[in-house]
Amino acid sequence: MSFLQSLGAKTIGKVTAIGRAALMLFGALVAMPRLKNIPLIVKQLYVVGVQSLLIIMVSGLFIGMVMALQGYTILVDYGAEGSLGPMVALSLLRELGPVVTALLFAGRAGSALTAEIGLMKATEQLSSLEMMAVDPLRRIVAPRFWAGMLAMPMLAIIFSAIGILGGHLVGVDWLGVDAGSYWSIMQSTVDWNQDVVNGVIKSLVFALVVTWIAIFKGYDSIPTSEGISKATTETVVYSSLAVLGLDFVLTALMFGIE
Amino acid sequence: MEHLVEIDNLTFKRAERTIYDGISLKVPKGKITAVMGPSGIGKTTLLRLMGGQLLPDKGDVKFDGESIVSMSRKSLYETRRRMSMLFQSGALFTDMSVFDNVAFPLREHTSLSEDIIATIVALKLQAVGLRGAAELMPSELSGGMARRAALARAIALDPDLIMFDEPFAGQDPISMGVLVKLIRELNDALNLTSVVVTHDVTEVLTIADYIYILADKRIIGEGTAQQIKESDSELVQQFLKGKADGPVPFHYPASDLKESFLGADK
Repeated sequence: MSFLQSLGAKTIGKVTAIGRAALMLFGALVAMPRLKNIPLIVKQLYVVGVQSLLIIMVSGLFIGMVMALQGYTILVDYGAEGSLGPMVALSLLRELGPVVTALLFAGRAGSALTAEIGLMKATEQLSSLEMMAVDPLRRIVAPRFWAGMLAMPMLAIIFSAIGILGGHLVGVDWLGVDAGSYWSIMQSTVDWNQDVVNGVIKSLVFALVVTWIAIFKGYDSIPTSEGISKATTETVVYSSLAVLGLDFVLTALMFGIE
Repeated sequence: MEHLVEIDNLTFKRAERTIYDGISLKVPKGKITAVMGPSGIGKTTLLRLMGGQLLPDKGDVKFDGESIVSMSRKSLYETRRRMSMLFQSGALFTDMSVFDNVAFPLREHTSLSEDIIATIVALKLQAVGLRGAAELMPSELSGGMARRAALARAIALDPDLIMFDEPFAGQDPISMGVLVKLIRELNDALNLTSVVVTHDVTEVLTIADYIYILADKRIIGEGTAQQIKESDSELVQQFLKGKADGPVPFHYPASDLKESFLGADK
């Protein structure tokens, strides 16, 4: 009986948390975007976007290099190393770019967002905004949300672009794949709508999920050191799982067999 | 006498625990009203109820005649522009300098030019003695200075009501003296109404015009400093004199120690 009871209590807890998260997002988005808030979004773009560039670029480079190395050793057996370009480009644009960017973003920027908002709550900064008649949803939550939504697709594109260059470095410069075939077969194989746009759509969905989870976990955290540490961990765990799960669903919808 | 805040028969519960059980109190305009009580009885909660951040389970909170409880969100935000709160930690925004912290409410709620804002901020900082610290970041301030900077921010929009949450907690004697002086002087000079929530008896008795003492979910004593000192309530006297045991027991409710050791609990 007590097992059923705790199961019920947990379910109710989760469902109300989803409700609170939806209300928070709604409150932040319904707020009319004001001109005054644009500098706030720019500042957050710097924090979540520009400051994540290095880790995104380095990871993109290495992933592209590893892909080329792995791809080459398999393709060369069939004399198909000319197809290295599309292999690297398609896997990056369709999957690795959006997914790995989202995972890195969750670890690099998501955890920081949660900790920042959680500490703002703990140090009464959110309360004091409310008492100053400034809605923290507009002032704190909304700019961070929009910055995340804008930054993630751009980071994913940069990730893929650097990865393709990394593939070129290993495949063409080191392993001797023909540069012409690397680029030209890539150009003829990669489809704008099917591959590039779908990749961007994926990363928009991941941006929504990761930023939403990160902000909500901070906003809803228990304002103690233990509570914030738990919230930060949950942000990374939940958003990574959500990204991987959603990636399967999105892939099935976008590239599934018709 | 006119009252700025009126709390009428208010009951507030947090989870299953009753914090307040039908309390009523009035904050007269232009005066300093102190609310005292032992820690952990929800004095801060009372300020949050006045500011509309929490809603009571029963009863009403009125600000200048209008009910905070039944107000729409929009008018609540309008009303909050006329009140401000000094938080225990100061709650300065850590990513802004002292100057920007004080300028924050002005920039948010007015369309004054930067020149005028700079003048107002300088005046407010001068009033709390921190004009020289305008360019410092909150992390560079001592606890007392942070609270004074927060006070400058709290008076930036010339509010009608200012609520102090434990302004004296954890301050050294000098900062304590500075804060006592500031609260009294600002109240009189700016024609403010102040509510001070605290458990520092001596400081409060010197500046408060009217005092409420909270304990055990209700108001156990009220009056001017003189009336409070002469109160014949045992509870009030225990609180004023800081006795370890009395109507507020030393022990948190528990079963008898001897019986517990002998296994009577099981």
